[in-house]
Amino acid sequence: MSASVTTPAPTNRAPANLARWYDLDEHDHPEGGSTMLGFWIYLMSDCLIFAMLFAAFGVLGGNYAAGPGPRDLFDLPLVALNTSMLLFSSITYGFAMLAMQRGHVRGVQGWLVVTALFGAAFLSIEFYEFAHLIHEGATPQRSAFLSAFFTLVGTHGLHVTFGLIWLGVLLVQVGKRGLVAANQRRLMCLSLFWHFLDVIWIGVFTFVYLLGVLR
Amino acid sequence: MSGTPIMTAPDQHWSFLLGKLSLDALPLHEPILVATFAAVALGGTALVGALTYFKVWGYLWREWFTSVDHKKIGIMYMVLGLVMFLRGFADAVMMRIQQAIAFNGSEGYLTAHHYDQVFTAHGVIMIFFVAMPFVTGLMNYVVPLQIGARDVSFPFLNNFSFWMTTVGAALVMASLFVGEFAQTGWLAYPPLSGLSYSPGVGVDYYIWALQIAGVGTTLSGINLIATILKLRAPGMNMMKMPIFTWTSLCTNVLIVASFPVLTAVLALLTLDRYVGTNFFTNDFGGSPMMYVNLIWIWGHPEVYILVLPVFGVFSEVTATFCGKKLFGYSSMVYATVVITILSYVVWLHHFFTMGSGASVNSFFGITTMVISIPTGAKLFNWLFTMYRARIRFDLPMMWTLAFMLTFTIGGMTGVLLAVPPADFVLHNSLFLIAHFHNVIIGGVVFGVFAAINYWWPKAFGFKLEPFWGKVSFWCWVVGFWMAFTPLYAMGLMGVTRRMRVFDDPSLQIWFVIAGIGAALIACGIATMLLQYAVSIIRRDQNRDLTGDPWNGRTLEWSTSSPPPEYNFAFTPIVHDLDAWADMKRAGVGRPEEGFRPIHMPRNTGAGVVLAGLSGICGFALIWHIWWLAAVSFAAVLATAIVHTFNSKRDFHIPADHVVETERARGQQLALATGAA
Amino acid sequence: MSAAHDSHASGEDHGSLRGYVIGFLLSVVLTAIPFALVMTGAVADKGLTGMLVVGAAVVQIVVHMIFFLHMNTKSEGGWNMLALLFTIVLIVIVLSGSLWVMHHLNANMMPMSHEMSEMP
Repeated sequence: MSASVTTPAPTNRAPANLARWYDLDEHDHPEGGSTMLGFWIYLMSDCLIFAMLFAAFGVLGGNYAAGPGPRDLFDLPLVALNTSMLLFSSITYGFAMLAMQRGHVRGVQGWLVVTALFGAAFLSIEFYEFAHLIHEGATPQRSAFLSAFFTLVGTHGLHVTFGLIWLGVLLVQVGKRGLVAANQRRLMCLSLFWHFLDVIWIGVFTFVYLLGVLR
Repeated sequence: MSGTPIMTAPDQHWSFLLGKLSLDALPLHEPILVATFAAVALGGTALVGALTYFKVWGYLWREWFTSVDHKKIGIMYMVLGLVMFLRGFADAVMMRIQQAIAFNGSEGYLTAHHYDQVFTAHGVIMIFFVAMPFVTGLMNYVVPLQIGARDVSFPFLNNFSFWMTTVGAALVMASLFVGEFAQTGWLAYPPLSGLSYSPGVGVDYYIWALQIAGVGTTLSGINLIATILKLRAPGMNMMKMPIFTWTSLCTNVLIVASFPVLTAVLALLTLDRYVGTNFFTNDFGGSPMMYVNLIWIWGHPEVYILVLPVFGVFSEVTATFCGKKLFGYSSMVYATVVITILSYVVWLHHFFTMGSGASVNSFFGITTMVISIPTGAKLFNWLFTMYRARIRFDLPMMWTLAFMLTFTIGGMTGVLLAVPPADFVLHNSLFLIAHFHNVIIGGVVFGVFAAINYWWPKAFGFKLEPFWGKVSFWCWVVGFWMAFTPLYAMGLMGVTRRMRVFDDPSLQIWFVIAGIGAALIACGIATMLLQYAVSIIRRDQNRDLTGDPWNGRTLEWSTSSPPPEYNFAFTPIVHDLDAWADMKRAGVGRPEEGFRPIHMPRNTGAGVVLAGLSGICGFALIWHIWWLAAVSFAAVLATAIVHTFNSKRDFHIPADHVVETERARGQQLALATGAA
Repeated sequence: MSAAHDSHASGEDHGSLRGYVIGFLLSVVLTAIPFALVMTGAVADKGLTGMLVVGAAVVQIVVHMIFFLHMNTKSEGGWNMLALLFTIVLIVIVLSGSLWVMHHLNANMMPMSHEMSEMP
């Protein structure tokens, strides 16, 4: 984007005023200059998907259809444990980013692995919770409340799953090609994605679990 | 994620392999469909045969299907839109004929099962696979040129988006011959679209076609926003952006902020149908009205997604053919932004009759009326641009004038419908049908035709023949009014939409008139195709050597027609609104030396493969072929991951090649000035 | 075109150890408070508890935005922030609008049955 009007290229013998109208000394645009903005816009659109799921939960979340309600089902200590897993994974991803800034390939890989472990722990706990609920008969088919609950929390879990797959791919990428610009960009995108999922989770534990139990 | 689909079939092995798919899925008992299939199969075979005979497959694959050039992708979108337009219009003609003859005890010629699919397919196709590809194609083609960029921000994603849209369209087309399409109306309201009332695959075709195309639409929206925000030529700040680019920006903001809503709503409907959840069911606390509420949160912005880009087209056309700056550029920009935001607070006007009560209805009635203010401001801007201008009445300008007259009336009937008590009378009547066709045909379709006539010489290097274009124009405008005025009248009399047979014989004359209108529109389409054909055959007589056939004002006219793959040998520097008019005023010449290698993205087939696999996955899900769905989804993931390891994504166009191209351009220009 | 040059030009902030640690500690506190409030029932009034819980969530979201997602008004020329604000406005419209519309609908059309929840 360098609009250099004053320094015409050495090879340029065109009339002087052309430099006012054309960028005669143009360099290659660095690849991926729009990526971070584009990815952020994608996240905003994803955010709206969650907004709709929250809206569905907000409207339908009180329709128990004579079935179990939040107070019968939710195990808050388990949710607190789960929340802490995600929070830990957030800061360990942050450490991976700090290692990336210093150019430590090993540090990046190490922290990514730790992040993945916390992410996997989060998913396992969620899976356990779902299995437990279904076993008790609180299936997604039981009531609109449970449909909305499983869909909202499950969609978040699905995002975390894709985050983990992505993280695995990036571990391979970084292992193969090191911290080249493209990989740095990808790591930063995944960073946004991962922290974004944590933000969504704040909404989930607040509106679904805590306010649900309060209800 | 949780809950498993229920499979109960006598012959387990076949149902595992093929899901619900069997020979019964072929509509052999419907003579109309068999005939259509025969025609399509013959035509398709002929086309494939011709392509093979002339050995153009390689060319198509290398130069078009795998192309990441925004210009070629834009043209492919327009072709997709045109093809689907013919299909959607065929549906319209079928409905017009059915309604014109189904009187006095006659059942017409369409069964209810078939007729319901026809009106659903007509709506879905016209919105998602005609209007959307048309506006996306225009934005794709024009925006990078207008902002002085060499391509979009994410060229590969652009190719992928196009193929996802195409695969969605292909699924809808497949439903014609394999199984059935939804019989629910174009928005598939539950409980009708739920499993108990629509047990067939029709709604599943609907869902997966829209989901796959929706991915493409959302990604192309993100792509164009990033392009407009990041890749503008130096000096082009936001308030020096051409107005079409502005409306495109707002459109894509709307796309990115509303298509996720559609995705989510359809996903919930999918869960209801596939997993047995209770979002929109009548039992277990589900609420069908919640679906209506949610889908219109997408649906209303969608209207503006379609119409905002063509507002931009009309603005460009008006300024160009009046030979002066657009009147009230900044008010135009503000009006566009205001419409963008207001479009999110009017959705309830689509279901005033649902029963939310006076306070809710009043709020949404008022917001709906408010949105007509910025739209009115736009109309006055166009009028004031024309005021005391030396207007050239070429085809783009003619379409613009037809738009202004038609759209204004459609807008006024819209304000009428925005009054809740009036809406209680007119809801679901033919008045509503007339209203939205009035704004969509009068706005979007006329706008697309204006745009095609306007930018065709830029895309192909020759102008369109005006004669057949004018015949088409008059057929269209007269045909439109003839087809839809009767619908207004009948709507006021209380005739409801989506009716297959009628008891009251006095209504028949209205439907016959509407049918004649549709026939006139058919002439309009035929002459339009003739216009394209004649122009292509006589292209040498209509060559545009200058690259600026209309004395244009924005940067796309500063390069050759068609533009070179790199668009601009040197990126222009912008000092004023209407940058190219500014450059012409200053008498700026072309740089003829000092060319450098140009950095460009490389073509890739990954988009085609990914979209094709997604299509297979969608088809498998429609027919409950679970193993195939799992395999193809895994293949999508694997392909995407493998693609991230492809590091050969760009190349340099050698300086020699640029020199060559630009020399040819110089010769063309010399020829043009010599001829003049 | 080094990465450092790019990030400087676009006003981006990739965070520091200090930032991450502060963000983490604040998040821990802001998570612990609402969980404790609900699990112990320390505040008798449910409405007040609900408001405190939602308040903590809002503050924590802001904390995450600043310390983990590195939002500021300068990154990408302010477009990131504008996109975020636009999205928040839409979310507010969509959520409150849906709740309002559906609440009135239920009140008008299903007079006999279930009370809607008191969502904030």
